[in-house]
Amino acid sequence: MRGLLALVLGAFASAALADLAIHEYRLDNGLKLIVKEDHRAPVAVSQVWYKVGSSYEHDGITGISHVLEHMMFKGTQKHPAGEFSRIIAENGGEENAFTSQDYTAYFQTMEKSRLPVSFELEADRMRNLALPEEEFLKEVQVVMEERRMRTEDNPQSLTYEHFNATAYTVSPYRTPVIGWMDDLESLDIDDLKAWYQQWYAPNNATVVVAGDVDPAEVHALAKQYFGALEPSGIEPAKPRREVEQRGSKRIEVKAPAELPYLIMGYKTPVVLSAPAQSWEPYALEVLAGVLDGGSSARLETDLVRGQALATSVSAGYDAYDRLQTLFLLSGTPSSGNSVAKLENALRAQIDRLTETLVSEQELDRVKAQIRAGKVYEQDSIFYQAMQIGIMETVGLDWKELERYHRNLNAVTPEQVRAVARKYLTDERLTVAELIPLPIDPNHPPTSGGGGDVH
Amino acid sequence: MTRMLRGIALLLCTGLAGVVQAMPDIQSWTTDKGARVLFVAAPELPMVDIRLVFDAGAARDNDQGGIARLTNALLDQGAAGLDADAIARGFEQRGAIIGNGSERDMAWLSLRSLTDSERLEPSLELFRKVLTKPDFPKADFAREQQRMLAGLQFEKQQPGTIASKAFYRNLFGEHPYAGNPSGTETDVAALSPKALRAFYQRYYVARNAVVVIVGDVSAEQARNIASRLADSLNAGEKAEPLPQVDSMDAGRDVFIEHPSTQSHVLMGGPGMRREDPDYFPLYVGNHILGGSGLVSRISDEIREKRGLAYSAYSYFIPMQRKGPYTLGFQTRNDQRDQALAVLRETLQTFIEKGPTPAELEAAKNNIVAGFPMRVASNSKISEYLAVIGFYDLPLDYLQRFTERVEAVTAEQIRDAFQRRVRPEHMVTVVVGGPVATAAGS
Repeated sequence: MRGLLALVLGAFASAALADLAIHEYRLDNGLKLIVKEDHRAPVAVSQVWYKVGSSYEHDGITGISHVLEHMMFKGTQKHPAGEFSRIIAENGGEENAFTSQDYTAYFQTMEKSRLPVSFELEADRMRNLALPEEEFLKEVQVVMEERRMRTEDNPQSLTYEHFNATAYTVSPYRTPVIGWMDDLESLDIDDLKAWYQQWYAPNNATVVVAGDVDPAEVHALAKQYFGALEPSGIEPAKPRREVEQRGSKRIEVKAPAELPYLIMGYKTPVVLSAPAQSWEPYALEVLAGVLDGGSSARLETDLVRGQALATSVSAGYDAYDRLQTLFLLSGTPSSGNSVAKLENALRAQIDRLTETLVSEQELDRVKAQIRAGKVYEQDSIFYQAMQIGIMETVGLDWKELERYHRNLNAVTPEQVRAVARKYLTDERLTVAELIPLPIDPNHPPTSGGGGDVH
Repeated sequence: MTRMLRGIALLLCTGLAGVVQAMPDIQSWTTDKGARVLFVAAPELPMVDIRLVFDAGAARDNDQGGIARLTNALLDQGAAGLDADAIARGFEQRGAIIGNGSERDMAWLSLRSLTDSERLEPSLELFRKVLTKPDFPKADFAREQQRMLAGLQFEKQQPGTIASKAFYRNLFGEHPYAGNPSGTETDVAALSPKALRAFYQRYYVARNAVVVIVGDVSAEQARNIASRLADSLNAGEKAEPLPQVDSMDAGRDVFIEHPSTQSHVLMGGPGMRREDPDYFPLYVGNHILGGSGLVSRISDEIREKRGLAYSAYSYFIPMQRKGPYTLGFQTRNDQRDQALAVLRETLQTFIEKGPTPAELEAAKNNIVAGFPMRVASNSKISEYLAVIGFYDLPLDYLQRFTERVEAVTAEQIRDAFQRRVRPEHMVTVVVGGPVATAAGS
């Protein structure tokens, strides 16, 4: 269903592209088009990426980018509400959309000859969205139901939401992509209209097409359908750079649950916030791989198997967030162990990284996985297009995907230790603990149980 | 608007006429010890996907709930004298990925590897050990058992999972499909390495296996890989046929209180088998009713017209025996009776009247035109091969799929739904906060 892109608390997301040509075009109205050929099957994916997401929002209207994403299916002058999805469905298309902190994207995967169907509809709703109030009043209720499902009734998501709101002081990453419930309740159709006017224009969008297509033909089609759209004056978002954290922060979140849960996050730079040519974000990616790049990585080997302290535990870092981010550790202690004990064990893992160089064998394993991942990723045209879309939309460009592999491969054990020493420090740390309240008041949860994150 | 619509309609027609659907060419054979193999050559990327599927899912648990899943989870935790660390390292240092899983019908073990021989050879050998020489070490058993118990505890904080478990329990009664693959606390606590070993020896055997290979290997290489893996298993015997699923003779309402802001509602009854004679009318009919996302009737009525839920749907899970037919949604507690009434009315109307000609045509266009996407990657082809092999579907299943969809008539759908879908004999499960009225009344 159309929704939020799930935040991945897991192994680092390795990015990759094959050697097949990528073609890049810019229309006169500022729209960027990128075409990636993949001729394995007679299909193509078309994705439209807008530079807007929850990190562009200000307090009081949180969640508006995601609500607008929902409203993008509610009709234009030419195509009334619901028709977009019906036409795509009649053409055999799979479609959806997703909103994150840094982008909003819409996609259709179709048999390759249907690309014009997708372009016609996407071009139309890029500038001509109707935004009828009666549709908005229903759809915002749908979004509230989505929020109840994803967050209100999910104790781990609830904990993560409060964790972010604590970790960041200035950064717009402090608010949830889906928005605070109170903000959703006070949104109105005029807010939506203003947001649409502000961000939806060809000069704030990138179209990515991957599949069994001819780049020149796609370019011609793009000119035909998107070429006449008027650009608009796009004001870049205010920087809202996070202030320097001055000491660790800690919260408890109490909610009906069976199992406790721990999240730890350290403020870390990303490719965009680091100085040019910096190796640090790549070293942090490798560090995440050393901790959690599979079942032979340190967290599973030491904490799930060795000491059997955790039933699940993970580490994650995304070098391609638009703004400074968090290096995350999270997990659930196993039965008979406390959250405090798990936290100490995770801190011991950090200490080990700051004291001892990672072995060549571990580094080789991480790099072997990156190399293989680069091949495996090509099995999905959707994923290939998505990587290009993310790079372009956060403010880098698709060539960064190739730099990514080169730079990861060049990371040394000394660099991994250096970023651990510099960034994984108490001053930069925020800790959140989920404390379970009874689900059934007659049967309080047993203390210190263990859980599996499915 | 009219002009634009006509343009699109025209394109649709030319598109359909012009499409030559490249279907994967499936080669199939049986290994010496009796495992069926399905192979598709995919030379475009230097990688291979290998999957062994066994009739060893939770339907084989009997009175040992969770044993199928725990057995499956233990395979790569110790084999041929290698411990879990060595096994994990062995795959990952070559960039190979081992996967496993088990549901009610199937249990599987999979390997994805690059195809250069320095990587594929050692990964295959390690995979063979995991598959054919698992040790079920005591300490690893105890740990995984604890993790499974923790998983059961975790499920209790998820209203959707609570609802799903209650739904299967009430729908299938005494049938093996009633149990949950994750078992129960009592059953899981009672398992032992010895019991797992016995389960493994009975069900992880060549005659009970299907081998799927998709990737950049020749037919001869595929033959060697399949033999090397499957013929290192015992020949054994195919699993015994499962009992038939009885139809329900009365409806049943179940309410489970949970401190959630939403109620999760599931309604349904026994659905269809993989080889069901009504498969295509039920499949296409449900596509229209609740199986095609936002454009389906249920989603239109509950979400689009009334804003009552984020997700509202219906689907069949075709299995060896009749799997469930499930209709469901989640909504704020105080709206659940209203939404449930809409769901029931939508279902009732569809059973009585069937689809409109326009709906049927739209559904066929969607399924037929969208078909190339179903086989557009190695992963997707592997999944289809597993289904074709496991359920013994004909090898031209994919080739014939669209023509069989095209042949379905509105009358066949109405007839099949009237015979097979019985709202008055359905289970309705509601999990959510307390509201004065009971479920579904």
